[in-house]
Amino acid sequence: MDLITLRSIEKTYQMGDISVPVLKGISLSIRQGELVALTGSSGSGKSTLMNILGCLDHPTAGEYWLDGQEVSKLSADERALLRNRKLGFVFQSFNLLARTSAIENVAMPLSYSAENLSERQARERAAEMLVRVGLADRLEHHPSQLSGGQQQRVAIARALINRPPVLFADEPTGNLDSRTSEEVLQMFERLNTEDGITIIMVTHDPKVAGHAKRMIRMDDGVILDDAAPAGTSSKTPGDAP
Amino acid sequence: MRVYTTARTAFRALRRNPMRAMLTTLGIVIGVGAVIAMMEIGAGASAALKKTIASMGANVLVIRPGTASSGGVSFGAGSTTTLTPEDSQAILRECPSVRNAAPMVRARTQVVYGNRNWVPNAIYGTTPAYLDVQDWSILAEGEPFTDRDVLNGNRVCILGQSLVRELFEGVSPVGREIRIKNITFKVIGVLTPKGANMMGFDQDDVVLAPWTTIKYRVTGASLATSNQSSTAATDSVNTLSNLYPTAQRSLYPERSSVQQANNPMPVRFANIDQIMAAANSSAEIAMAIDQIGGVLRERHRIRGEEPDDFNIRDMAELTKTLSTTTALMTNLLLAVAMISLVVGGVGIMNIMLVSVTERTREIGLRMAVGARGRDILRQFLVEAVVLCLTGGAMGIVLGHGGSLLVQVLLKWPVETSPAAIATAVLVSAGVGIIFGFYPAWKASRLDPIEALRYE
Repeated sequence: MDLITLRSIEKTYQMGDISVPVLKGISLSIRQGELVALTGSSGSGKSTLMNILGCLDHPTAGEYWLDGQEVSKLSADERALLRNRKLGFVFQSFNLLARTSAIENVAMPLSYSAENLSERQARERAAEMLVRVGLADRLEHHPSQLSGGQQQRVAIARALINRPPVLFADEPTGNLDSRTSEEVLQMFERLNTEDGITIIMVTHDPKVAGHAKRMIRMDDGVILDDAAPAGTSSKTPGDAP
Repeated sequence: MRVYTTARTAFRALRRNPMRAMLTTLGIVIGVGAVIAMMEIGAGASAALKKTIASMGANVLVIRPGTASSGGVSFGAGSTTTLTPEDSQAILRECPSVRNAAPMVRARTQVVYGNRNWVPNAIYGTTPAYLDVQDWSILAEGEPFTDRDVLNGNRVCILGQSLVRELFEGVSPVGREIRIKNITFKVIGVLTPKGANMMGFDQDDVVLAPWTTIKYRVTGASLATSNQSSTAATDSVNTLSNLYPTAQRSLYPERSSVQQANNPMPVRFANIDQIMAAANSSAEIAMAIDQIGGVLRERHRIRGEEPDDFNIRDMAELTKTLSTTTALMTNLLLAVAMISLVVGGVGIMNIMLVSVTERTREIGLRMAVGARGRDILRQFLVEAVVLCLTGGAMGIVLGHGGSLLVQVLLKWPVETSPAAIATAVLVSAGVGIIFGFYPAWKASRLDPIEALRYE
């Protein structure tokens, strides 16, 4: 079953009297467990599409089915709830709360969830997540005491705390050097294969996109092509030498 | 649970930037501190002012006998003779709103000491309670006469400052003897100077003595002649009273034999000129008037529809001054308090606005992970309220300390006011909500996409 289905999504921004079409009828579907890279030059509309997919914005026209639910017409509050339960976000600049320990950063989304966990339960869950991203010994460290890669891993743990089926990553390696980038991407692959989390990455770096099993290239508001990346170092685990 | 989580989040957010939180609070600390100090010092000043006005007699009620009339001819206020010292005791005993009451008889005659003489404005025969009623208990010299002196009719007196000046030329009169109508009085005390009252009457030109002494020794039988009208009023039958003006007249109208048989009336020994009663406070004056009226009507056996045989007068002018002054002080303090709290509140709003701008990305992130607009609103609102309440608590300590310092160093009267403290807490929370609302609302309206992209 398709986790995400877009049907002729359009997005037009109104700049005074001029309307600027950014997405011109996007249709695509993403199945559960896919690792998708969304690429394209700047201004191609990939960020806008990402925002719509991430329920941060709603399309001007078209249908968006997420996990069997039409979400394009939801109110801001309903979208917030949806983001909390079903979507995780990883950003280029980590966006961790300064002067706040890693474990509190990770537990933060829980305070907006409907689950109403106690303080102790929330910390336990956050610690579990940090162990999973390999930061078991950094629970009480503040972001300023962590390296870039570690910070991004804290951000990933935070994105996963509510056990969402979909993870969005917006240029996840943009602020990282090549070695830590590799670490983070490998973590994405592991999460994808081991936990079956659907991951959608926005990137303009072909090397990063190469880690994906499927690459959607966009240009000028339409999908240019949608295929497995060609000539890449790693495709699926089964293809690896 | 939800509220607790929000409060915890707010505390954490504030702890992340303690310097900014402290500076923000400073406005409220100073505001609330100023309010508390102002209220306490103001309340002290107001109380002192009230006391001063009260000492002028604002709480005093004067009860005088009513008007006697005969054949359509009225004889003026004070011409009936039904007010007794026992009435005064009954008023004190039975009226809860009356602090103290003193019977009074008046005389006006010559006072002689050595080769000097003087006619004081008034010679008052009264009880020691008079000094309390008039707020005059502290004497300049000597001691007041006692209830025993009143019972025994002892010849002792207290002089006002004007008499000391006129008769003794400033030498201490305590222990000396003066003569009033050829009766010697031992001076046992000197009143503190009080000056003229509002009518220009020199209140220091007065001699105070036990009322029994004045009544029976000084005025004595001559009272009957001192007021011709009352003689005429009550003795209309006795035509001989004109022949023997000093004869003791009958105090009561003639009663029929049936009346006397049904309702034998004990003999009254004395009537007095007035009773002065002090109400507990200016607020209780009206109540005291009611209670005294009831007691006197009952004691004088006045039936429902019959008019009073006495008048009760209060110092309406003084009372009005008192309440006006108090209201003025209260409003002044309130205005100052409001201004300082508004200034503090604007400070909070400013910093919260800066804080919202500075934390735009955090807000965007919180929204991305599922915070709704109202969650953000609540978080910032709670932060503002926490800041204000903390500031309020510090302000209370600061203000109270300040007012204590003023009390100790400047010797100003200060009154701790729990009401002011409670108000300050409520108002500081209110300021937090009112001035925290706009920044919080602004934060809650941010677009998560814009907020996340904000540099």
